[in-house]
Amino acid sequence: MTIKEIQEEIVDEFSMFDDWMQRYEYMIDLGKSLPLIDEQYKTDDNIIKGCQSKVWVHADLEGDILSFTADSDAIITKGIIAILIRVYSGQHPKDILDADTNFIDEIGLKEHLSPTRANGLVSMIKQIKMYAIAYQTQIK
Amino acid sequence: MQKTTLDIQAIRKDFPILSRTVNGQPLVYLDNAATSQTPKQVLDAIVDYYSGYNANIHRGVHTLSQEATDKYEQARATIQHHFNAKFAHEVIFTAGTTHGINLVANGFSSLLKKGDEVIVSALEHHSNIVPWQMLCERTGAVLKVIPMNLNGELEMDAYYELLSNKTKLVFCNHVSNALGTVNPIKEIINAAHKVGAAVLIDGAQAAPHIKADVQELDVDFYVVSAHKMCGPTGAGMLYGKEEWLNKLPPYQGGGEMIAEVTFEKTTYADLPHKFEAGTPNICGGIAFGAALDYMNAIGFDAIAAYEHELLEYATAQLLTVDGLKIYGTAANKTSVISFNVGSIHPYDIGSILDKLGIAVRTGHHCAQPIMDFYGIPGTVRASFSFYNTMEEVDVLVAGVKRAVAMLQ
Ligand SMILES: Cc1ncc(COP(=O)(O)O)c(C=O)c1O
Repeated sequence: MTIKEIQEEIVDEFSMFDDWMQRYEYMIDLGKSLPLIDEQYKTDDNIIKGCQSKVWVHADLEGDILSFTADSDAIITKGIIAILIRVYSGQHPKDILDADTNFIDEIGLKEHLSPTRANGLVSMIKQIKMYAIAYQTQIK
Repeated sequence: MQKTTLDIQAIRKDFPILSRTVNGQPLVYLDNAATSQTPKQVLDAIVDYYSGYNANIHRGVHTLSQEATDKYEQARATIQHHFNAKFAHEVIFTAGTTHGINLVANGFSSLLKKGDEVIVSALEHHSNIVPWQMLCERTGAVLKVIPMNLNGELEMDAYYELLSNKTKLVFCNHVSNALGTVNPIKEIINAAHKVGAAVLIDGAQAAPHIKADVQELDVDFYVVSAHKMCGPTGAGMLYGKEEWLNKLPPYQGGGEMIAEVTFEKTTYADLPHKFEAGTPNICGGIAFGAALDYMNAIGFDAIAAYEHELLEYATAQLLTVDGLKIYGTAANKTSVISFNVGSIHPYDIGSILDKLGIAVRTGHHCAQPIMDFYGIPGTVRASFSFYNTMEEVDVLVAGVKRAVAMLQ
């Protein structure tokens, strides 16, 4: 699936929820259920220190497909990471660079992507894009 | 049952913001230690200034300038009397606590030499750590730390051992922002003076709850921020003993702080102007005075007594939440409760409370050394003011229970 298609699918899923409680419960479930990163990659090199929560990101390139694993010490942050990974992981670097995060607004989680939240997510997206830039030059 | 004689509902009507909603819920504002809300008496002072007599001060011959100067100097006098400073010129207007600390730390650059020692407490806000670290880097002085115990109290025995004739400066907060501990500053000041060291007390968290008497404390410097005590942001006070303020060199150069300027030599103005370069936050200073008038009209004793009731009630109620642990259990503390529930991350609890209209602070509260001491990433901090109610405590406790149910 393309990034756009995955984003539409997520927006669709979230449209089933009536209120914030259900959205949050879903995110918390996502956060709890997924082992998002291999322990060996939870290193200081891969850490993004938000003032509030910590985020770890690791990138892998296979052929021309870039994959991400990530984690956080806060569960809501981790739930959002799960959604972001679903969108960005397993894609071409160029498509990752072209993608935006507007769908986060549509699913009612915009406040978590605000820089003032300092939860590490904004930096995580930046980091994902940096990896995409770096690997894109490698592929060429 | 509530014992206070204050009419809390009437007080709440003074604060327009308290009637707004957040995420569809009535606002429950429990982040008072970060910044307090502003009553209409202070808002009126701000509007009056800009709509009635806005002018630059200390330099105009015209009527508006005279009026603005008079009001600004009246505010200085209000602050002087509130903190019982001996002279009005010992009250320096600042942009806030951080500014006051930097002003003093900078001044000490020329008074310290290599090998001198300065002592800081383990309970400090980053604002009362970093400027002194920078001072030590500049001068070669050595920074020593008074340790804390698990209750969040300073280890006074260790403090006495740190003191020596090498000690030149001690800086400590009156009340810890992360834990609410009220520190024994009188004892700290007396002991420092015995070895000839100067003491700066960071009163940012104390000033909204406790009326400090700088002469009785015999403190050398006391710093506060107006925005934590019903005043505006960007205004604050540095109190300094006259002899110390005369010893310190000016911090910033510019207009207002000079007596005479030629290209060969400038002579500095007398106190307090020596430390007030440039056009100050005139409106902020005046509004700071209005905030003190407002709080004094209610009365600091009544405020402290009622906030203590809130603290006791909230502590008891929060402890009914399974797995909830309070950090900072000092015998003497202000109405601040820092807590975690089990291994749930504070960010998660704070995010859900926000959805319920409840404003708390989460994170390390700019006091990372304290969080490291406890080995935690941070806490949820609820901080109460005299305009909070017992019902709001109930909303908080119900909110925490709901968050925990969702997160566990
Ligand atoms: C104990 C303490 N010191 C210093 C500060 C810094 O105050 P300001 O940001 O107003 O300069 C704060 C504010 O949170 C504080 O709580």
